[in-house]
Amino acid sequence: MINLTINGAAHAVDASPDMPLLWVLRDKLGMTGTKFGCGIAQCGACTVHVNGVAMRSCVTPVSAVGDAEITTIEGLSEHGDSPLQKAWVAHQVPQCGYCQSGLIMAVDALLKVKPKPTDAEINAAISNICRCGTYARVRDAIHDVAKA
Amino acid sequence: MNKIFKLDRRNFLKASAVAGGGMMLGFHIPAANAAVTKESEVNAWIVVNSDDTVLIRVAHSEMGQGSMTALAQLVAEELDCNWSQVKTAFVDPRLNITRKKVYGGMATVGSRAVRTSQEYLRKAGAGARDMLVRAAAQTWKVPAGECTAKAGVVTHTASKRTLKYGALAEAAAKLAPSADVALKDPATWTIAGQPKMRLDMQDKVMGKAVYAIDIMLPDMLFAAIAQSPVFGGKLKSYDEAAIKNFKGVRQVVTLENAVAVVGDSYWEAQRAVRALPVVWDDAGNGKVSSASIAQFLDEGLKMDGAPVARNDGDVAKAMTTAVKTVSAEYRVPYLSHAAMEPMNCTVRFTDDGLDIWAPTQNAEAILNAAARASGLDPLKINVNLTYSGGGFGRRGGAAAGDYVDQAVLIAKAVGKPVKMIWSREEDIQHDFYRPISSAKMTAGLDASGMPVAWNTRISGHSILTTANPSALKDNMDVGFLVLFADNVYDVPNMKVDFALRKTHVPVGYWRSVNHSQNAYFRECFVDEMALAAGQDPYEYRRKLLHKAPKQLAVLEAAAKAADWGKPLPAGQFRGIAQIDGYGSYVAAVAEISMKPDGSPKVHRVVTSVDCGYVVNPDTVRAQLEGATAWALTALLYNEITLKDGRVEQGNFDRYRMLLAADMPKVEVVLVPSGGFWGGIGEPGSPPVGPAVVNAMLAATGKPSRSQPLIKRGGAASA
Ligand code: FES
Ligand code: FES
Repeated sequence: MINLTINGAAHAVDASPDMPLLWVLRDKLGMTGTKFGCGIAQCGACTVHVNGVAMRSCVTPVSAVGDAEITTIEGLSEHGDSPLQKAWVAHQVPQCGYCQSGLIMAVDALLKVKPKPTDAEINAAISNICRCGTYARVRDAIHDVAKA
Repeated sequence: MNKIFKLDRRNFLKASAVAGGGMMLGFHIPAANAAVTKESEVNAWIVVNSDDTVLIRVAHSEMGQGSMTALAQLVAEELDCNWSQVKTAFVDPRLNITRKKVYGGMATVGSRAVRTSQEYLRKAGAGARDMLVRAAAQTWKVPAGECTAKAGVVTHTASKRTLKYGALAEAAAKLAPSADVALKDPATWTIAGQPKMRLDMQDKVMGKAVYAIDIMLPDMLFAAIAQSPVFGGKLKSYDEAAIKNFKGVRQVVTLENAVAVVGDSYWEAQRAVRALPVVWDDAGNGKVSSASIAQFLDEGLKMDGAPVARNDGDVAKAMTTAVKTVSAEYRVPYLSHAAMEPMNCTVRFTDDGLDIWAPTQNAEAILNAAARASGLDPLKINVNLTYSGGGFGRRGGAAAGDYVDQAVLIAKAVGKPVKMIWSREEDIQHDFYRPISSAKMTAGLDASGMPVAWNTRISGHSILTTANPSALKDNMDVGFLVLFADNVYDVPNMKVDFALRKTHVPVGYWRSVNHSQNAYFRECFVDEMALAAGQDPYEYRRKLLHKAPKQLAVLEAAAKAADWGKPLPAGQFRGIAQIDGYGSYVAAVAEISMKPDGSPKVHRVVTSVDCGYVVNPDTVRAQLEGATAWALTALLYNEITLKDGRVEQGNFDRYRMLLAADMPKVEVVLVPSGGFWGGIGEPGSPPVGPAVVNAMLAATGKPSRSQPLIKRGGAASA
């Protein structure tokens, strides 16, 4: 059994230690807000926070997490009304929405360390793939949150 | 049959809510209310509940393009209901069978969701409003003509009595629909035509939106698949002993051209299938390479006797009068869709049928594929509709039911519910690709620099060879020649012919379809002509478009918004392009500078669009912004190459996507001229690539005649 703290709640899971956190979340715990897009740390759809830092959970073995605090999109806010999520709605960022859980988690982690990121800082930190191409609105929404 | 038929009306709603596992999209009846809320189906599209909420059924898929909201806006506009009380639900494709196609075609392809259904949807809304008004008039015993409806309330003007839709619905549902109800003048719209917030946004920022890949069922197992790496190849043998010690593996299932490992989690299944030694037969295609295909296309550019699609005037004769000729060959590669949600499908066999979940652009295609693979009556197949994590044409056509067939066969073999997921490598290596194509164009210019003759040969891999071979008459596919066969530039002598090429690579519909290649060929060649003529490419196009007012109008709108002709900062250059397609007109201006490696840095893209009527301006803008990223990804990075008969790219490391850092500023100018309904999902991207390449021509004086601009060779990464 592996013990995990996810969104503030304790979970004990029966999983191989080398199983990536992504699949523990999705297949073992049924927490499907975190998405699979590539499996090789290229797209960021699987981004979660481990002790507040954005991690690509598809390449993070569950054994590496230890007793760290894991936050997934489901735990970002209870009612989906964090300033970031509100800005996302106001700018109507998502299209298909599939990449957005990971994108929002990546941006949230960035804003924790850089509350007012420049365009260059956004470019450097946000390498999530959005095949629908929502990047222009992502940038606008980030700057909006940073202003608030 | 009977049992299914009873799914109609309110049973349908309950069944849907349950089938979605309480996660029915954009709609669920809170348990506490379910008992007291009465639902009345006023017509096939509209259910009005006694609590005044309105359920609008949506027959098309929502894969990001926003039509779930836009279609509901059209219905709600004519219904005159309260928009804040609108919910939507996807139509069970079985209802479309039992109700004799009342929902029309459900395929969400060709940017058609709004334009093909707008009329019957608006009529459904208007018809329901008329029934609600008549129900109120009956109650008050007054003529219906004395009553008006607004925001979900019917008012008897003289007596100022009012009744809400919720109170009228039951009586309205019993009335016969009127034969003819007038539709509103779009100029008076208050719900349609407005930038209403999308109904799927809140769930999509909370990770709560449900995609097929998210379905969890009791007792469910997970399948990972390896398909024949060479298209057309079959499974010969495999060595199961090699994975016998793998944890979490339950079973190996073989299909004709694939092998699947079924396990306790997707990751365990995927790890095992990757380790499984498999021998494939290559169906004789093991020697095909990108070089051999390129040669085959080049032969097509030169071959004699290609069938002719268009022959205006006398090109050969006119060429002899030209004072200058311009000639160029352009080439584009195969491309993959790479929707963010990988192909997947979940199947659960039930006592007498099956339940299925799959990302799709066409619920009916899922139904038909599942019926075909299972041998079951379609009415026994319960298609559960979810959001789709992108589609872009991959999940639309009948030929693209491959993943459904597989999951049905695997679940059947396993005897338990199974969720099958393709790895990204399987997705990129087993696509229905955007066809490879080449063009050879020659134009003769007169003394004024304008073309008097224009000859175009296209050599390419028609989609019909995969999607619908019987439609391919005399080796001609006019659709493949779009923008040439129907070229609106005014050139008196114009010839277009086609060398059909067919390789073993499966081809299919990819966002913008043949506009994706031909806009590049045509619009960049126009700039080459303008350069040879020593003229400004915008003014040159204006002259060529003097008989095409709608194309000219979007061209001028884009040029104006982008300050065409005004100075730019040093080192920056502009390019322009325009197309018509999917019923709409789009032009783009790109501003670029050249990077030291010879590729462009795109700073800004201005696009203008005339789609006739605009149902949701914000959705239109979003589609054109996204289309810009789509176009730039292909232009800069994408190429599917073949070696030993198989695709060399496997994941996003070798099939690179545009990232936020590459995204230019995008400005969308809406210039709707009304009077027609144009599509939006596809026409936005075709002009963007050529606008960028034309800006490169302005910067360097040298044409860029093949894509992608940034090459990435290398072996398959999978
Ligand atoms: S799924 Fe983890 S980065 Fe793509
Ligand atoms: S919104 Fe579709 S991939 Fe980003």
